[in-house]
Amino acid sequence: MQRLPVPEAERRRRGRSWAIMIALIGLCALFYAITIVKMAHL
Amino acid sequence: MSDATSSLTPATEAGVWEADYRDWIALLKPRVLTLVVFTGVIGLIVAPGHLHPVLAFTAILCITVAAGACGAINMWYDRDIDAIMRRTRKRPIPAGRIEPGAALGFGITLAVGSVIMMGLAVNIPAALILALSICFYVFIYTIWLKRRTPQNIVIGGAAGAFPPVIGWAAVTGTVDLVPLVLFGIVFIWTPPHFWSLALWANEDYRKAGVPMLPVVAGARETRRQIMLYTLVLVPLTLAPFFMGFSGFPYCVAATVLGLVFLLRVYRVMADKQDQDGCSLTGDAPAKGAFKYSIYYLFALFAALALDRLVG
Repeated sequence: MQRLPVPEAERRRRGRSWAIMIALIGLCALFYAITIVKMAHL
Repeated sequence: MSDATSSLTPATEAGVWEADYRDWIALLKPRVLTLVVFTGVIGLIVAPGHLHPVLAFTAILCITVAAGACGAINMWYDRDIDAIMRRTRKRPIPAGRIEPGAALGFGITLAVGSVIMMGLAVNIPAALILALSICFYVFIYTIWLKRRTPQNIVIGGAAGAFPPVIGWAAVTGTVDLVPLVLFGIVFIWTPPHFWSLALWANEDYRKAGVPMLPVVAGARETRRQIMLYTLVLVPLTLAPFFMGFSGFPYCVAATVLGLVFLLRVYRVMADKQDQDGCSLTGDAPAKGAFKYSIYYLFALFAALALDRLVG
């Protein structure tokens, strides 16, 4: 496999960072919602 | 895994970092996920009882992530044969865009995470069945059966049949006869579905040394087996009606869908063949049967859910 040109590698890295950030925010929101639902049923 | 593997999957120091986020999504086999998630959703819908929408979403998410994790681990283990087969050689690992170890770590993390989340947020029985389905797919199908026996997808098909049971267990916390019938439908559906694909991907599997039925027993025997399994499948899909679990609309839908499936399979049987049973039409009927089998399962489970919701 050949190394990608720097701007292309940079673009892909940024894409991955955004994807990880969105996944983490989504998980935080889900954990929060699950906690509220579980607490309501205590 | 053969020693040739490392030379077929060139991992460079830049490999992991040059992968696009879409490559990581591709590791989850999103096209396969669709059907798995759909059957899981149906298991959740038809189960008696109520699950809070947030927890239902969590259960579906866990099934999705676990199925994706299985795909990633499967791609890690099969990277040597994926590099040989035309259909799979552009996958992220054989193409060298993702390092094998990274894919394995990704798969294990998602698998463990999904089971823990299912256990904490939904219930323990659903989490245990989810864990069982992951282990079955990875250890029984991928590692043990796939390269050893032409019965690989018959037994391994059980792994793909778990989602409706998991969906049911997420709502009820138990498993009874109805989800087991849904399990049986997907289980019996898998061989005709997969062998239809294997008929036209026969050459790929032969090159890779995977003992799929057409490679080991020939195309003619495979067509016969496809017909036999479909003949068992169609009556089995009527079981929810005869068990009193669904109404007449589902019975009609299952019968019509099943008869069309049988017609498709009959065309596979009647395909013009040479002396060795190889298709002279480019396996057009098998391609048609494969496509239809996907719509068939979607429509069948959708009919069951609609029948339960409306009836």
